[in-house]
Amino acid sequence: MSAGKAARVAVVVFPGSNCDEDAALAARTTLEADVKMVRFDEHALGDPDLVILPGGFSYGDYLRSGAMARFSPVMESVAAFAAKGGAVLGICNGFQILCEAGLLPGAMLRNAGLRFVCRDVWLRVESKRTPFTLAINRGDVLRMPIAHGDGNWTADPDVYAEMTARDQVVFRYVRPDGARGADANPNGSLDDVAGICNLEGNVVGLMPHPERAADPLLGGTDGARLFKSFATTRLAMQER
Amino acid sequence: MTVLVKVMLKSGVLDPQGKAIAEALHRLGYAAVSDVRAGKLFRIEVDTADAAHAREVGREMARQLLANPVIEDFEVALETAATGGAR
Repeated sequence: MSAGKAARVAVVVFPGSNCDEDAALAARTTLEADVKMVRFDEHALGDPDLVILPGGFSYGDYLRSGAMARFSPVMESVAAFAAKGGAVLGICNGFQILCEAGLLPGAMLRNAGLRFVCRDVWLRVESKRTPFTLAINRGDVLRMPIAHGDGNWTADPDVYAEMTARDQVVFRYVRPDGARGADANPNGSLDDVAGICNLEGNVVGLMPHPERAADPLLGGTDGARLFKSFATTRLAMQER
Repeated sequence: MTVLVKVMLKSGVLDPQGKAIAEALHRLGYAAVSDVRAGKLFRIEVDTADAAHAREVGREMARQLLANPVIEDFEVALETAATGGAR
C-alpha cells in the first residue's frame, strides 16, 4: 500500500450483527476508509488494513455468545489475517467471538448482576502496545457506551498472570476520574478488565463501543481516538 | 442412540445465575440450600448402535462446541430407551 492511500477496512457481518453499519460509518468518518462489508459465509476479506468484528447478537447468542459465529467460514480468513499480523478489532460481540475462537485469551460469563447493562462507562488506557492505543496516553480516561449481558470476562489465574506480565490488558473500567473501584465495573469482569490484546498486540477486543462514541452527534468522540490511533500507526508503518 | 452432554461451569468459576437462584430458593423458605450451580444439558440423537462410538462422538462435540474449556467442564452419558434415564 502506498502512503496517502485510503485505509481499507473489512467489517464482518454475522447473522445477528447489529453494529456493523455503525462500525462502517465510524471507519469512514474517522479513517476516511474504503469499507467492505464481508458476510459470515464469505472468505475474501479484500486485502484490508483492518478487520472489525462488530457488536450484536450473532446467532442469537445461542449456546454462548460468539460460540456459533466462530465456526463461520469467514473466521478462517480472519484467523489467517491475524496470524500474519493484521490488525483485528473485536467490539462487544466481536470480542466474545475472538475469545471463543481462541484468538484472544479468556472467556465471557454472564454479567455479575445478571442484567443487560446499557450505559456509558469510563475506560482507562492501560497499554500502548496495540495499533488502537499507540497514539493515546497510558492513563487517559475514555467515555464510551456499553450494551451487553455477557461481558464478565474471566481467565484462569495462570493465564491472567501471564497476560499482565506481557502487558495484554489494554483497557480497564474506572471511575470518571480514572480511579478503580467496584462501582466502576459494570459486569464483574476479572480485575476490571474491559479490553485485552493477543501476545503480538495486533488483535484487540473490548466490550465498550468505540464506534458509538465517534461523532459529537452521538454524545461523545472518545471512541474515535481508537480509530485515529490506528490511522497514526498505519501511517508510521508506511513511512518506515 | 441418545447422548446426554452435561455442561457445568468449572468449580472455581463464579456462577452468577446459580447464586441468584440460590437466593430465590432462600426467599422461598429453602433454608437448607447452601449452593446452586446452573448448567446445561444437551440431549443429542446420534445414528449409531455402538455405545462406545456414541460416547466418543459426544465427547468430541463437547470439546469442539458444546463446552468452553476455559470456563466449563462436561460429562457425557447415554440414555437408554428401557430406563429413559442416564447410565
